[in-house]
Amino acid sequence: MNVEETDLPGLGRRKDFMTASGRRIGVVELREGQTELFVSTWDDPDTCQASIPLTGDEAATLGNLLGGQHLAMKLTEAHKEVPGIVTRQFSITADSPFQNQPMGKACIRTRCGVSIVAIMREGEVVPSPGPDVVLHTGDLLVAVGTQEGLDTAADILRNG
Amino acid sequence: MDELALTLIELGAVVFCLGLLARLAGRIGMSPIPLYLVGGLFFGAGGLMKLEGIQSFAHLSGEIGVILLLLMLGLEYSAPELVTGMRRSWQGGVLDLVLNFLPGAALALMLGWGGVGAMVMGGVTYISSSGIAAKVITDLGRIGNRETPVVLSILVFEDLTMAIYLPILTATLAGISFLEGMLTVAISLAVVTVVLAVALRHGHHVSKAVHSENSEVFLLNLLGAALLVAGLAAALQVSAAVGAFMLGIAISGATADSATRILEPLRDLFAAIFFVAFGLNTDPTSIPPVLGWALVLAVVTTATKVVTGVWAAWRAGIARPGRFRAGAALIARGEFSIVIAGLAVASGAVSGELAALATAYVLIMAILGPLGARYVEPVLKKFSRPATPEAVRA
Repeated sequence: MNVEETDLPGLGRRKDFMTASGRRIGVVELREGQTELFVSTWDDPDTCQASIPLTGDEAATLGNLLGGQHLAMKLTEAHKEVPGIVTRQFSITADSPFQNQPMGKACIRTRCGVSIVAIMREGEVVPSPGPDVVLHTGDLLVAVGTQEGLDTAADILRNG
Repeated sequence: MDELALTLIELGAVVFCLGLLARLAGRIGMSPIPLYLVGGLFFGAGGLMKLEGIQSFAHLSGEIGVILLLLMLGLEYSAPELVTGMRRSWQGGVLDLVLNFLPGAALALMLGWGGVGAMVMGGVTYISSSGIAAKVITDLGRIGNRETPVVLSILVFEDLTMAIYLPILTATLAGISFLEGMLTVAISLAVVTVVLAVALRHGHHVSKAVHSENSEVFLLNLLGAALLVAGLAAALQVSAAVGAFMLGIAISGATADSATRILEPLRDLFAAIFFVAFGLNTDPTSIPPVLGWALVLAVVTTATKVVTGVWAAWRAGIARPGRFRAGAALIARGEFSIVIAGLAVASGAVSGELAALATAYVLIMAILGPLGARYVEPVLKKFSRPATPEAVRA
């Protein structure tokens, strides 16, 4: 993917690319630390149809949503030959009993045979996280297992 | 009533009125600068009410306002941004200078204001208001637009040109001889080069010298440094404003960001007083005779700015609507035109008519600029309607 970076003197930095559908999409990283998400109109790729200010948290969450989906799709693709194996994403909410706890405390693999293969955090991937990795609010766990195992894992992460 | 009480009452009333005007400007979505100018005209010499007590305060505060305006302009850009901006946009920048300096200068010569008047009016019509332009770009959601970097680089070029233009102007206004003038220009060019070089390599040292975690210490450091540098620059005849601008450029990174945050309220206050002070010294009855010329100048320099933007955006490979958006974003003139006119008036080297013309011109352009930027697209669509439906369907 060809991401174009442009300096905006006095404002910040723009990073964008053209989608296959012919729209320009990208972000402007503003000096003050906010992010502006924008999408071009379909008839004039120079101008923006929407320009949406995002706080740091919002930008990180959006990054997790987009990146998590992509990762899950790749994993599903990889596990297609193994019947019964499914990929699912779990987000750590503010009321999760495991937030700010090491992941090993949840004992997910021992209790339901589900593997956490990656964590999406602030738009970045933490691959094969060990039991010592501390979970934070907003993290997106990418889990692989059986349908029933994943249901149990979801319950564990929500209710302990 | 004793003098202090009178001064306080007058000052309080003026600042309070400015607050009301700023609120009104925010409500109708325009720049407050024209309203401040009108406020100054209202209270000044020949206006409806004459305020005597605050003249000396307004004068000094206005000077500080100019220093803060330029300091914050410098803070906005880092030295690497200035250098890359200059490299990327110098052709557009030169076209901008030629097209927009000439109308003002030519009119001044026609009206018999001589070389000094031409120098001043050229500057007034040349420099776009980066404050208004930046606000228009943000308000209209055009930060992500492709023509925006083109507009911003032209503004960067203009601001750097100011660093060379202001010392020349100061020298011209002081009426010093050609040789001395060349010396001043040489000094200022050397200073600009040295500051840019230092800021590129050692900007963090300057930042460190003024930085402090304690916001009180930081504010005093900054303000002290700015006034000192500005004063020294003035003593060298390089123009106080340019000294402050250069200090702003030398301060970079996180220090510049927190400096902007801490100075913003001070700048808003002193700059507002500067605009009022300028209005105070302009006789409102001198405006009607020059209004016609101000309108002519407004029409011509709106066209020349649009041409500049269209050409620069065309070179950057922007499509037709984007070219006109870029042109319209540059139309607004504001704070720096008044700074230039203010310097000229303070020196006493130009006639009162020039101040009146500059005031009327900026009043028109500060209102016209944001309107032009907002309505350029619908207007353009209207004119190209026959072609649009097919193009859209295709």
